[in-house]
Amino acid sequence: MTSSSVSTSKNRSWPLEFYRSAVGKKWVMGITGIALLAFVLGHMIGNLKVYLGDGQLDSYAHFLRELLYPLLPKTVTLWIFRTGLVAAFLLHIHAAASLTLLNRRANVAYEGPRDYAVATYASRTMRWSGVIVAVFLLWHLADLTWGVTPMAPQGWEAGAVEANLIGSLSRGGVALLYIVANLLLGIHIYHGAWSLFQSLGWAHPSYHRLRRWFAQAFAGVIVIGNVSIPLAVWAGWLG
Amino acid sequence: MNITLRVWRQAGPSDQGRFETYRVSDISAEMSFLEMLDVLNERLTLEDVEPIAFDSDCREGICGTCGVMINGRAHGPQAATATCQLHMRSFSDGDTITVEPWRAAAFEIIRDLMVDRAAFDRIIEAGGFITVATGAAPEANLTPVPKDTSETAFDAAACIGCGACVAVCPNSAAQLFTAAKISHLNLLPQGSAERYSRTERMVDTMEQFFGSCTNHGECEAACPKEISIDFIAMMNRDYVKAKIQKRRGG
Repeated sequence: MTSSSVSTSKNRSWPLEFYRSAVGKKWVMGITGIALLAFVLGHMIGNLKVYLGDGQLDSYAHFLRELLYPLLPKTVTLWIFRTGLVAAFLLHIHAAASLTLLNRRANVAYEGPRDYAVATYASRTMRWSGVIVAVFLLWHLADLTWGVTPMAPQGWEAGAVEANLIGSLSRGGVALLYIVANLLLGIHIYHGAWSLFQSLGWAHPSYHRLRRWFAQAFAGVIVIGNVSIPLAVWAGWLG
Repeated sequence: MNITLRVWRQAGPSDQGRFETYRVSDISAEMSFLEMLDVLNERLTLEDVEPIAFDSDCREGICGTCGVMINGRAHGPQAATATCQLHMRSFSDGDTITVEPWRAAAFEIIRDLMVDRAAFDRIIEAGGFITVATGAAPEANLTPVPKDTSETAFDAAACIGCGACVAVCPNSAAQLFTAAKISHLNLLPQGSAERYSRTERMVDTMEQFFGSCTNHGECEAACPKEISIDFIAMMNRDYVKAKIQKRRGG
């Protein structure tokens, strides 16, 4: 093992130095987690426009493409958001993968039974729920953003957001996939939205119950909002 | 009481190790878990079998040497209790009890239930002290410490360094131990002078040996001294300040 005195390298810039540490990576996961939570919430609220019918979802999508126009050219604001979002995803995933490797090296499995006292299903499956949601995300982009067959429904058309959405979710298997993926997303958020306060060090004891409540409410709102859409399509309330 | 014990036996660090089963009869419910092992070891010695090696010293829950995994829980089923303070009345007659050493890459098994916790010493060496000029001790009451602060510092100082936090962590992280050791010094005036450099050095040393926290909270539940994971949050906050803001003193 290395010597006990750890000298901070003065040659490396501090962001890299900080990110190299596990506590730093967890901090980055917390910050990017907040960005991703904000996106997921905004995305869910935007989705609810589908209930207004009357082309409201399509005009909302159009509005996003023209955000801050004519101050900025069309779609520029959208691309700024997208770039930030992609960066947040990549950092979140890189930090998670790198910490997972560190933890695998540090851990030795018990030969006998383990009896967990408080670790939840959510906390113990973060890696799996994260990976599955990431794979689902690619599927979802191919389906509704890029219109790639066979993920996208027949008759997919750029800009026809509402028709594409209803077309996609009218396929029973796809609707089920969206429901399962959103449940996993909810489980991931339930642990993440609580855990991030701990990783960022924003954990004053007086807010303990509020943090639990926040994580439960956030996960619940996202799951209910998103899962309602495939169910509504199935029930024939949309389209 | 009659108990069946499945105990991990391992002759040394390089031995593969295996569970061996022993029947222990006529155990009093008032015996501590370690006394029950003593009774078994006495019999094994008479039978010319190598006794089970385990660590213990004070047997009153303050030295931190005696931890083992009992039925998959660190220090056994009772909360806020070190193995030496666990009594056989926590079990039922006829039970089969599985006993295993702490497991983590940084805790090498020395023999049977004994592990090498020297990695904890490395963390302490990196900053678990205060740097003061020696000489005549100053008048203690000249440095006022708010009651709440001294209570919180004492909650952290209750850590006995047993290693249960690492043992139960699915990542073998030592965050709770390190945070407790950092906090009980950082919170007090004498320790706050080196608050950020201490945090930085101790965390960096910790990460050479142990995994990373994923906030399961298992450590807090297993801790025989009930140390809160709030100290981990405090450590994370101070580490960020040390790295990003390059803070040193309190």
